[in-house]
Amino acid sequence: MTFLKRGLTRRRVLQTGMAGIIGTGVAPMVFTRGAWAQENFCNNPTGDTVTFGLNLPLTGAYAEEGADEQRAYELAIAHLNGEGDGGLLNVLTPSALKGNGILGKKVGFVSSDSQTKSDVARAGATRMIERDGAIMITGGSSSGEAIAVQGLCQEKGIIFMAGLTHSNDTTGKDKRRYGFRHFFNAYQSGIALGPVLGEQYGSQRRAYHLTADYTWGWTQEESIKAATEALGWETVATVRTPLGSTDYSQYLTPILNSGADVLILNHYGLDMVNSLPQAVQFGLRDREANGKQFQIVTPLISELMAKGAGESVRGIFGTSNWHWNLQDAGSIAFTKSFGAAYGSPPSQAAHTAYVQALLYADAVERAGTFYPPEVIKALEGHEFDGMGNGPTLYRADDHQCMKSVLVVQGNEAPTSEFDVLNVVQEVGRDTTTYDPSIFGGELGPAEPAPLC
Amino acid sequence: MNANLMSRNDLVLLLGFSLVVLTMPIWLAPLGAGYPDLLQRFMIYGIFAVGFNILFGLTGYLSFGHAAFFGVGSYTAVWSLKLLTLDAIPAMVLAVIISGIFALIIGFLCLRRSGIYFSILTLAFAQMSYNLAYSVLTPITNGETGLQLTLSDPRVIDAAVGHSFVGQPIPTLFGTPIGGYAGFYFCAAFLIIAFFVAQRIAGSPFGMMLKAIKSNQTRMQFTGFNTRPYALSAFVISGMYAGLAGALLAVTDPLAGAERMQWTASGEVVLMTILGGVGTLVGPVIGAWIIKYFENILSALNDNILARFFDVLPDGVDSFLVKVIGKFVGDGWHLTLGLVFVIIVIFLPGGIMEGVRRIAAAFRNRGSTPRTSNQTQAAE
Repeated sequence: MTFLKRGLTRRRVLQTGMAGIIGTGVAPMVFTRGAWAQENFCNNPTGDTVTFGLNLPLTGAYAEEGADEQRAYELAIAHLNGEGDGGLLNVLTPSALKGNGILGKKVGFVSSDSQTKSDVARAGATRMIERDGAIMITGGSSSGEAIAVQGLCQEKGIIFMAGLTHSNDTTGKDKRRYGFRHFFNAYQSGIALGPVLGEQYGSQRRAYHLTADYTWGWTQEESIKAATEALGWETVATVRTPLGSTDYSQYLTPILNSGADVLILNHYGLDMVNSLPQAVQFGLRDREANGKQFQIVTPLISELMAKGAGESVRGIFGTSNWHWNLQDAGSIAFTKSFGAAYGSPPSQAAHTAYVQALLYADAVERAGTFYPPEVIKALEGHEFDGMGNGPTLYRADDHQCMKSVLVVQGNEAPTSEFDVLNVVQEVGRDTTTYDPSIFGGELGPAEPAPLC
Repeated sequence: MNANLMSRNDLVLLLGFSLVVLTMPIWLAPLGAGYPDLLQRFMIYGIFAVGFNILFGLTGYLSFGHAAFFGVGSYTAVWSLKLLTLDAIPAMVLAVIISGIFALIIGFLCLRRSGIYFSILTLAFAQMSYNLAYSVLTPITNGETGLQLTLSDPRVIDAAVGHSFVGQPIPTLFGTPIGGYAGFYFCAAFLIIAFFVAQRIAGSPFGMMLKAIKSNQTRMQFTGFNTRPYALSAFVISGMYAGLAGALLAVTDPLAGAERMQWTASGEVVLMTILGGVGTLVGPVIGAWIIKYFENILSALNDNILARFFDVLPDGVDSFLVKVIGKFVGDGWHLTLGLVFVIIVIFLPGGIMEGVRRIAAAFRNRGSTPRTSNQTQAAE
């Protein structure tokens, strides 16, 4: 009986605890951890179903993205179970997916509202692992959440397939063996966006950064600063704004007298939906500074935000992971089945969520087991194609996907409410690949798999 | 425990409380809350609320800034785990000491005023601490991202004794990892100790002084007592409780985020105390459990789960029910909490404990009018 076992643990813990409180200082620590048999791992699915844990921000600054991710996961799970039109299952190459669930087990899911907060995301993920028996955690639209949950998953021995997270730290400084990211990162945004900015705005610019104050904002600011300074631009100031701010006027006023002629908005989600129109209404884009037209750049932008920001986004440059209007087979298939199910084209958040769910399922099929270290091996260094980003590599060194990056521009004359971004350039994988060692960090071991 | 130390009633209460706490994994399982992480949170926020009650319930000072001490405790604990050792005891000792010092400074400044001015001052200090943690002190707190353990942390003491480990660093208690049910019993032991100490404080001459401050501080001063040292001690003790709770949260789940210092977190502990019953010993703990249960269980329900639950009902009825109830669960759980709070405050001003007392009184002598509860108000 499991309870008996727990009772014994309690007694031992209480005894040692009491002895310790009375005793002196720190006793030498003996860390014992046996090697676990392959059947004995966290949440080994024994029945005929397997559960995904979806950790989604349904409230807070990134709620819009979270809702779109949820739609995508539900679609992916339906497709994995052989329902619907199969979506990207038909175009993924190589693919081990059969459309009968994963290893013959039907896929189900539990979800949790992470409120765009790291603490809450972690509590939700723990609940899904401990109570609901989730075999894999996925989702999140903030790098803060992703990094917090990734650490937890490493501790529990549960694979984490990150959703929307763009910080360099997710697969850099804070990378973990059990965490995987399909989405691109700020450094790649810098590589892709830099040359386009140089071409459009010249090399004599003075940039002013407004940055969301957490890991993603910090690393994006750093990457974009490096990329623009390489062009010869000068950085006038970098100002941090709290995540979830609604009124940016106090941050916009100082820009007027700063001598800057470019505003770089390192904001995402609702933050940008607020800050960009406010900057435009403030008259920044109608100004001239240093004898040049004032410009705004949004290094990371998505359709959802462009839609939310309305007319303000027209003509503004940024980067995206994926766009629904791409003309390869994968993008067409995904846009079609998502549109059929929900009546709107998918956002890049939805795309990366969907792809991550499929890639995990595919890796389990290829590994032939849910045992996490084997699944990790199957994902590491996996080369695949057909998911809408061209040939893609899940790099083993940092668990970052290497693929092409899109430079996009706000559409000047949108034909529909979804036609808000134009793809200006597709920057190839060769260009956006970088040396994983520049960010440091350690993946840690996969084995022995921790037992939650 | 001899009879001089504790009255029979107190002893029964303590033993009953311990029994309820230790058997939680059994009786909470049917309610969907019998998993270690939530049980740990029940214990941790129970400690937080018990400590808060020493200040609010006993002394009558309503602090709106207790989350600051909670956060300081968490950050101290994580730094101890990062810099010194993965063992939980030094982390917790340090956290209690540092948050106590922090409470001493803030309490010294805030206790110059009472009533609403005191509340506003604590709120201001807590918000300042939150903003410091969120943006100014990011090298120490890592801001919104949260402070985590990494493989490359120095951990001086561990390194000195030649201790090494594999994988993600996990806090331990003399080599035993504190996770899952072990973590729960670890926290439960602290809750019981915290409860016992609060019980002793409430029954001691010192507790009597605190109650006197609450009932009429001016009268106390006229009789020649200097009330400030007493109020300050209560403030520091309750700050240390908060630090202990914060440290436990960091030890069982080694991540410290700035959100736990936000004013909403301070407000939450006020809600817990009022919901359960201000001034009672058990009330705040029950309030904490109810709020954490709502937060973790109701917020996890989604329309799919509801649809499955109401599947047996005829079409139309079930979708209607899913639609209506769906507004109150998932991301709408605050709505349910708000409703429960309003109902309790209107009908049971003394919180859930007043409800318990009324029921008990009704059973004891049917027909007679229930006793009115002790009213609780902030110090004048």
